[in-house]
Amino acid sequence: MNKNIIRPYGDTLNDGKMQLSFSLPVSADAFGKEAARMLLLQMGFEDAEITGMRDLREGFTHFIAYAVTSTGIDTDKIKVKVVETPVMDMEATDEYISEHLSRQITVVGACIESDAHTVGIDAIMNMKGFNHRYGLERYHGFNAINMGAQVPCEELLARARAEQADVILVSQVVTQKNIHIKNLTKLIELAEAEGLRDKMLFICGGPRISHELAIELGYDAGFGTGTYSTDVASFIAITLAKN
Amino acid sequence: MLKLELNQELVSRSRIAAQQITGAFSWLFDGYSSVSIERTVLRLMGIDGAIKGGEPLPNVVVDHLKAKSALNKGAAVWVANAMLAKGLSAQEVAEQVAGHSLCLTDLPLASAEQLLSILNPLTKTMLSHIRKQKQKREAMFAKYGERRKPAIYVIVATGNIHEDVTQARAAAREGADIIAVIRSTAQSLLDYVPYGATTVGFGGTYATQENFRIMRAALDEVSAEEKRYISLTNYASGLCMPEIAVMGAIERLDLMLNDAMYGILFRDINPKRTLLDQYFARMINAYAGIEIQTGEDNYLTTSDAIDKAFTVTASQLINESFALISGIKPDKMGLGHAYEIDPELENSFVYELAHALLTKELFPNAPIKYMPPTKFASGNIFKTHLMDAMFNFMGQLTGQGVQLLGMMTEAIHTPHLADRSLAIENAQYLFKAVKDLNQSLCLAPDSFVNQRANEVLKQAVDFLERVAEDGLFSAMAKGEFAEIKRPENGGKGLDGVFLCDKDYYNPFMQQMKQELGL
Repeated sequence: MNKNIIRPYGDTLNDGKMQLSFSLPVSADAFGKEAARMLLLQMGFEDAEITGMRDLREGFTHFIAYAVTSTGIDTDKIKVKVVETPVMDMEATDEYISEHLSRQITVVGACIESDAHTVGIDAIMNMKGFNHRYGLERYHGFNAINMGAQVPCEELLARARAEQADVILVSQVVTQKNIHIKNLTKLIELAEAEGLRDKMLFICGGPRISHELAIELGYDAGFGTGTYSTDVASFIAITLAKN
Repeated sequence: MLKLELNQELVSRSRIAAQQITGAFSWLFDGYSSVSIERTVLRLMGIDGAIKGGEPLPNVVVDHLKAKSALNKGAAVWVANAMLAKGLSAQEVAEQVAGHSLCLTDLPLASAEQLLSILNPLTKTMLSHIRKQKQKREAMFAKYGERRKPAIYVIVATGNIHEDVTQARAAAREGADIIAVIRSTAQSLLDYVPYGATTVGFGGTYATQENFRIMRAALDEVSAEEKRYISLTNYASGLCMPEIAVMGAIERLDLMLNDAMYGILFRDINPKRTLLDQYFARMINAYAGIEIQTGEDNYLTTSDAIDKAFTVTASQLINESFALISGIKPDKMGLGHAYEIDPELENSFVYELAHALLTKELFPNAPIKYMPPTKFASGNIFKTHLMDAMFNFMGQLTGQGVQLLGMMTEAIHTPHLADRSLAIENAQYLFKAVKDLNQSLCLAPDSFVNQRANEVLKQAVDFLERVAEDGLFSAMAKGEFAEIKRPENGGKGLDGVFLCDKDYYNPFMQQMKQELGL
């Protein structure tokens, strides 16, 4: 076997053991259990064992299962897109900006369209920041404008144009029915139509956003869960300096 | 028994300061009204429905009066006047206004006595319906037994009311006592209440009267089968606060999220509009026997739970004081608290014990609404499930009123069916396991928990006394609350606030005040 092929690990190398959990619209009995097992077999698992079965009522049942997959991944073929700029703290970023750009960077941020949850954009932009990392407002090197929640794409772009922004920062927390994809696509399409796309950096963030998804949607970068203001600030400073 | 030794001088100073803060608003409550209050009055008069395009009739009529600069007398007066002159029902009047076949201000105004002959029976009819709904709730609790403590509170949030019903029924059968239908994320800033049953929403389901009715009927059915009264809650918040309160009163919702300051701080709604609307919304809740719940958890999701613990206490005291002004009794005040301390902190549970006991003991008769970990919930569902267990342990140990169950997938998505079920299993296990533990424990007088609780209380008192001296609006404008600056004349919805004429009349508020002894 190719030594670059990896498989799930239970307690023995390459045993292929996986833990699964899902619900089905079936009764919690032998019939339901068999339905769950068959589903796993059809998915290509071997040795599917239903180890837990919980009646969710109203005709639904929750299953916990262990199963073996024979699938493996060739690590040579893995390609990921990640933000590769180094992360600096606030003081270092401010110093970097004054050294390389010798002016303030204007960032206009918002939760766009239907999204009313400002927790993400606030954590990155507001003075107080999050978990001992101050937000962009606190940086000397940034002119940070947080437009808050439910900002229509048109308004965000208009403000960015008026402020001659260097960066647009968008947060999308609500992701039900992939609403975040629709909103983010709308913004980038409008920006292109208005000729703003190449005039500034477009960055998005949120719990279900990855750098890869962001690139795919036409953004310059995407930041997911666990991102701090320092990550975003460093990326912006270094990318703008390079440009 | 676990009991704090609170500095009683601080306790009484905290209440005096809170009263000073909230007592300064009689100029607003007595002298002003808002478009949302007037729409509420129209709903109470029996006006419902929407025109083609979706605009609700209460909005059509209020906007019509506003355009004629006639709203300052109160919408009730003009509608009653048209009913009298044309021999129409309130609904027919609204429909004719919407159809442009009737202009309310073209009709000569009848005498006060004649208007009262229309308004008095209407007021009596609707308020008697609301009282009946209250009695029905009380009868159900008498028949099936009181709500457990802490009550198990779970949310449904599919966006589709019919899907919500399936999930709510399942949760109720597994042991949930309270079902919350989370609203669609955009609703708090809508200046109207959507009409009819809805099947599309984001991050939740629109609060509409029809959706309330559908869910209440489904839960009544499960209540009868499970022999346990399942309560229903929604959100009387945002720009339509009193309208949603009245819809809940009509359809027998049992609780309402209803915070005095949340809209101002976290949704940038104008301070005057918010305080005015909450005054009437809470009066309706009080009249309907609806338990309110407040949103103190929001202070901790944006700030550190230890540094800013006192902001929770301060907000609880202000919420309590505003609620009393509207006639809500302590046993219907679900003041908010949250388990949001960083799990990496040594003794995080001990800090939280101090904070949770402080809340419980400052408000011994209030069914405290205890919120779960959210800030430190992550994609590691196993860790989140464990934090939720610690939170459930704390809720039972400190005797909170309502446990808003944490979901292991809190940081990922609105709960799946199995997530909610596991959360209920978690809570039931912990509640049972430590049921009477409190009775065997006591706190050392000089313990950290006692010191910490008094420290937070002291910080809250200092803060409230500063706000009392400054005035609430001035303090908000300076960013004293949640580190967000909210000027008195900023924010959304200010143009919906207006000064009342000398002969302004709101028959429902008048009658409710009288019956509530305000």
